[in-house]
Amino acid sequence: MTKNINNMQRKKLDPAVLISALIIAAVYVAVFVLEQIMPPTSMLFTVLKKAAVYALVAVSMNLLNGFTGLFSLGQAGFMLIGAYAYGIFTIPVAQRAAVYQYYNGGLVQFSLPVIPALVLAGLAAAAFAFLIGLPVLRLKSDYLAIATLGFAEIVRSIFQWDKLGMLTNGSNMLRLFPTFNDFNIKNAEGEVVVYLSTLMPFVIAGVCIALIVMLLHSSYGRSFMAIRDDEISAEAMGINLAKHKQLAFCISSFFAGVGGAMLAMYSNSVQAKSFTSAMTYEILLIVVIGGIGSVTGSCISSFLFVACSEWWLRFLDQKQMIGNFEVPLLRNGFRLVVFSVIIMVVVLFFRQGIMGTKELPDLFRKKLPKKTGKEGEAK
Amino acid sequence: MFKTILPYLLSGISVGGQYALIAIGYTMVYGILRLINFAHGDVFMVAGILMVYISASGLPLYVSIPLVLIITAGIGFLIERVAYKPLRSAPRMSVMISAIGVSYTLQNLVLYITGGLNQFYPTIPFISKSITIFGATTKMVTVVTPVLTLILMIGLVLLINYTKIGMAMRAVSKDFETSSLMGIKINNVISATFVIGSFLAGVGSLLYFTNYTTVIQTSGAMPGLKAFVAAVFGGIGSIPGAVVGAFIIGICESVIKGLDIILFKLGLSKQMMGLATFSDAFTFALLIVILIVKPTGLFGEKTTDKV
Repeated sequence: MTKNINNMQRKKLDPAVLISALIIAAVYVAVFVLEQIMPPTSMLFTVLKKAAVYALVAVSMNLLNGFTGLFSLGQAGFMLIGAYAYGIFTIPVAQRAAVYQYYNGGLVQFSLPVIPALVLAGLAAAAFAFLIGLPVLRLKSDYLAIATLGFAEIVRSIFQWDKLGMLTNGSNMLRLFPTFNDFNIKNAEGEVVVYLSTLMPFVIAGVCIALIVMLLHSSYGRSFMAIRDDEISAEAMGINLAKHKQLAFCISSFFAGVGGAMLAMYSNSVQAKSFTSAMTYEILLIVVIGGIGSVTGSCISSFLFVACSEWWLRFLDQKQMIGNFEVPLLRNGFRLVVFSVIIMVVVLFFRQGIMGTKELPDLFRKKLPKKTGKEGEAK
Repeated sequence: MFKTILPYLLSGISVGGQYALIAIGYTMVYGILRLINFAHGDVFMVAGILMVYISASGLPLYVSIPLVLIITAGIGFLIERVAYKPLRSAPRMSVMISAIGVSYTLQNLVLYITGGLNQFYPTIPFISKSITIFGATTKMVTVVTPVLTLILMIGLVLLINYTKIGMAMRAVSKDFETSSLMGIKINNVISATFVIGSFLAGVGSLLYFTNYTTVIQTSGAMPGLKAFVAAVFGGIGSIPGAVVGAFIIGICESVIKGLDIILFKLGLSKQMMGLATFSDAFTFALLIVILIVKPTGLFGEKTTDKV
């Protein structure tokens, strides 16, 4: 784990960092250009949008599980809070009567612009995280996991409670709020001039991930990693365990909340019952495939995960003919079976995931002598 | 008053017994491997699906029920060998992630086989008969479940306390390395644990799905989590604890489901409050409270962290 500290001590203009920055910039430019020239209905954009959302959520989970060593499974709960906070505060006033049709137009009768609402979504999730963190963070490893999982289930049923319908619309879905498509710039006739609906999720997720990376490189981030590596020695070195764990938990939840809000924008509607523990598991698997403790890994693997599950493996769900021969086994659901087998192989045999604990700039560096052979035992 | 609550109490006892049978599997595995076997709830669901398919093939019940139980136990054994054994020396988090992966795989596999449709559970004549207890009509399974659960629990406790394999289990759960130095074949002990746990989950699924009549790939998730909560509540590692915890959770859950109607009938509330939504939430709230107040559960042993 000396790697990140080594990064810190280098002079600013490290060529590896420069190359990484260029690659990231190139990705953004490519997304922008592709969006202008390709039809907006292309599967590519659906995947890119969803993957950008998942990348943010996965990185936020990695911050907690990979960098602070707190094994939390509450991510879906915090995403739910974020998604609802976003939905509740951004539905245009004119549409509220239609959405809250069973609750007289609902309680909130104003709406916020998108960006403040996203921040609010994050803050709402972080506030809940603070409250739940007070008791729960005293627990260790798997007890913490199961308590946070339980918390996510509690949140899910509270948001479906009929009596809160004025706010949450009960078990009905929230909809008609601004989505990614509203980022497209239109001319007076309503035709789209510049497509931004894919670039914007990239920008929002990018800013959030950049903030997380900066946090990880600050003294707080180093304290988090110290807690992960050894709680007792970290405490002996003067790190306030309770404070730092609470901080990591709240920050991670903040970004999970923002991610949840973005997921709402992606799917055009919010319903509490879709934020199940299965969603948390999916995100956890993304983190594992990317490498626990690597931000880059989480980003790459969320793109691979979403692309595989939504797009590349789709052909497995349909009957395929090679000449006159019908390939056996292919029918609805086979994609998911293949997919889960791949995941099991990664979990069992490639425990470091795609990136291990390496980050993008590390790929362009010569191997530091300190790192050799120690990667796998870092946890 | 008694008349109003009785039906909920009865169904609570029945659900509690079914949770208990699942919870034993959790508590045994946790006691030995220190692993939350997230796939256990899915093993329970797979047992349900197996029953649907095996009885659809026309086998008589006295063949199909033992067959389901044997295959379920075999699945438990296989899962352990394939997904957990290679990770014996890995950090605990990797094993838990592997368990989540197994759960994901089992659900997807069943989704593929069933096409994601609700499967109707075959009726088992004896236990789905209607009977009347103190004026409350219910299925025979309500009475059979607690009795069967207690019998199986007593059998298991005897097995653990008085047989060689039971002694080995207790030794392994106390200290992994020392017991292997003493000549205990750890892998066999762990396999036995998984086989017993899965077998009981299979029995639980027979009873549970007789009550709920349909099976789908996600129907193991909730009972699984609740059974785990029951195991924690009773003190993880303790079998009687898991059973007591499961009964308490089953009864509370069932009473909360009917709380609106109970309060209404008793004249304590004027309108429906929609409290049934909280029957799941209650279980987890109980979990969080227990973990904070008494992390070792009702019957758990105190453990200390070593540096």
